[in-house]
Amino acid sequence: MASLGNPDNPLLVAIVGSGPSGFYAAEALFKSDIIAKTDLYERLPSPFGLVRSGVAPDHQKLKQAIKLYEKIAENENFQLIANVNIGTDISIEQLKEAYHAVIITCGAETDRKLNLSGENLDGCYTATEFVGWYNGHPDYRDREFDLSGETAVIVGQGNVAADVARILSKTIDELKYTDIAQHALDVLAESRIKTIKVIGRRGPAQAKFTPKELREFGELDNCLPFINKQDLVLNPESKTELANKSNIGNKKIYDLFCDFARNQSVDDKSRRCEFHFLLSPIALVGNTRLETIKFEKNELFGDAFNQSARGTGEILEIETGILFSSIGYRGVPMQGVPFNHDWGTIENNAGRVTNNGQLVTQLYTAGWIKRGPSGIIGTNRACSVETVNNLLEDLNKFESIKSRTGYNQINKILQSKNIRPIYFSDWIKIDAAEKKAGESKGKPREKLTRKEHMLSHLDSK
Amino acid sequence: MTTIVTDNCKGCRFTDCVTVCPVACFHYDDDMLYIDPDTCIDCSACIPECPVQAIFEGDDIPEDKEHWIEINAQKSASLPVCEEKIEPLPGADDRKSELGF
Ligand SMILES: Cc1cc2nc3c(=O)[nH]c(=O)nc-3n(C[C@H](O)[C@H](O)[C@H](O)COP(=O)(O)OP(=O)(O)OC[C@H]3O[C@@H](n4cnc5c(N)ncnc54)[C@H](O)[C@@H]3O)c2cc1C
Ligand SMILES: NC(=O)c1ccc[n+]([C@@H]2O[C@H](COP(=O)([O-])OP(=O)(O)OC[C@H]3O[C@@H](n4cnc5c(N)ncnc54)[C@H](OP(=O)(O)O)[C@@H]3O)[C@@H](O)[C@H]2O)c1
Ligand code: SF4
Ligand code: SF4
Repeated sequence: MASLGNPDNPLLVAIVGSGPSGFYAAEALFKSDIIAKTDLYERLPSPFGLVRSGVAPDHQKLKQAIKLYEKIAENENFQLIANVNIGTDISIEQLKEAYHAVIITCGAETDRKLNLSGENLDGCYTATEFVGWYNGHPDYRDREFDLSGETAVIVGQGNVAADVARILSKTIDELKYTDIAQHALDVLAESRIKTIKVIGRRGPAQAKFTPKELREFGELDNCLPFINKQDLVLNPESKTELANKSNIGNKKIYDLFCDFARNQSVDDKSRRCEFHFLLSPIALVGNTRLETIKFEKNELFGDAFNQSARGTGEILEIETGILFSSIGYRGVPMQGVPFNHDWGTIENNAGRVTNNGQLVTQLYTAGWIKRGPSGIIGTNRACSVETVNNLLEDLNKFESIKSRTGYNQINKILQSKNIRPIYFSDWIKIDAAEKKAGESKGKPREKLTRKEHMLSHLDSK
Repeated sequence: MTTIVTDNCKGCRFTDCVTVCPVACFHYDDDMLYIDPDTCIDCSACIPECPVQAIFEGDDIPEDKEHWIEINAQKSASLPVCEEKIEPLPGADDRKSELGF
């Protein structure tokens, strides 16, 4: 028998999750010296993970990363098998029996909680569900958001918080030609929000925005960024941080905050997006609906670049009926895969899955579920390359695995369960239908947000 | 918006930037790297990776580096794509300290 990885005896790999890390893992396999037949599984009917359902609709250029994924999908050894949930429809064990290796790239699908009483009050939302909703993710399609109050609070100062704040700050005219879901546009059109407060637990030198994203707040049609000058006073450690030449990103953020604070006089815009610092929420108060958020004022402690927030005992109350917590995503455990519950990631060593430190054969991981929920689209490319390089180093270990039949075996199970897999050729039809539906509205696409609607474009014609 | 590589890259060519580019739009010659503006999606992933801060985006491009926009567009059109980390040029580390990083 020819050794593994030749045309006669290709390496059979299943990848679980069709976001950036899944596609970059496939790309790395195709660029290697061996032949790897690669099946990319996805639980939704649509591919591309957070590039489709996370990246903001008004950032269309970033979504062009999809063009590269479409090219990868043209490789003769690639197959997309969407609408199949690994863990429920097909088990990891079944994949391990059908393939030589499995790379899990399922992302971080839930969020970190504030863990405060009152988190279930009406009006307490998470950024994850709001983002999923405005981006037409089927899981969040039917969520309801009451935007009838005048003040909205966002807790967290990362780029996701910036996305949420920007979508709330923009006029409908600024959004209507994007691929934002129609149901979201309709609700945002009725929004009565006038003040958006984006609140960080640390100071202005530690905000996690990137400059390009923050700069956009100075360019909005009808919303003025607002900062109190005295909130920009820095402690010595923060000054040290900003003086460091390699910390140019945070320096730019701080300079932008200063610009915002300086330009406060031109207040002819009807909305205001305020940035507040050194505040941690400690109680969410209300009967059935959120009425007030209690914050404790913080101070920073620790050395430069390692500063944390600690409470001072001083309390500040903000009256609001709308809260979006945006304090980070979190991975969801997958049945049969070792999970690090502290980090919310799959336990791994540079992409090789481990169980209490011991290597688990055949299993690999990449992307947010490997590293945790940080880093942008391109970060996952380097991450997937690392994982695939390690997988290829292990090639000889797979030689001893008895022969594998790949998708043939899985397809039988899908048929017996009456699951209709969606292949890339099917997706192309759905994609075309979405683009067509967007045309008359001047949108790049109108997303199909229900599985049934997507499927209806396939077998009827 | 455009994202460009400027002269700090010259003579060092650390390629940390390339490993995180989601769309493989860096091109290279014997001196340095250039970004193809038609492929780049302005995601900024490469900017913090560059150890000598050679990469600038749109609004941040200093006036005295604006001519690099044209150079990036022209050079990238004919040069090969750089998709993976390559060896830094000899003397890269010296150049890095020379530039004060
Ligand atoms: C709101 C938001 C906005 C962002 N905006 C930007 C931006 O503007 N620019 C930028 O560069 N980066 C942005 N990012 C970061 C970027 O989206 C991530 O770095 C990247 O998507 C992570 O890739 P991934 O493949 O690990 O995970 P994901 O993109 O989440 O992909 C995981 C995929 O796995 C699938 N999956 C999950 N479980 C299963 C299962 N059991 N079986 C089968 N499939 C499964 C999911 O449906 C999903 O398609 C943003 C992130 C968020 C959250
Ligand atoms: N346009 C883009 O490029 C774009 C858009 C969206 C997302 N992304 C990327 O996607 C990744 C995820 O973004 P993210 O915004 O979810 O995460 P993030 O950047 O890690 O930001 C999380 C924010 O929540 C705060 N936080 C965490 N726990 C908290 C708590 N218990 N109480 C109060 N505040 C708390 C953090 O403060 P501390 O700093 O004090 O921990 C931080 O301000 C990032 O890498 C981001 O850059 C990029
Ligand atoms: S990381 Fe910077 S110096 Fe290195 S190749 Fe890229 S742009 Fe040039
Ligand atoms: S901005 Fe993004 S797409 Fe453009 S060169 Fe840098 S990493 Fe590549």
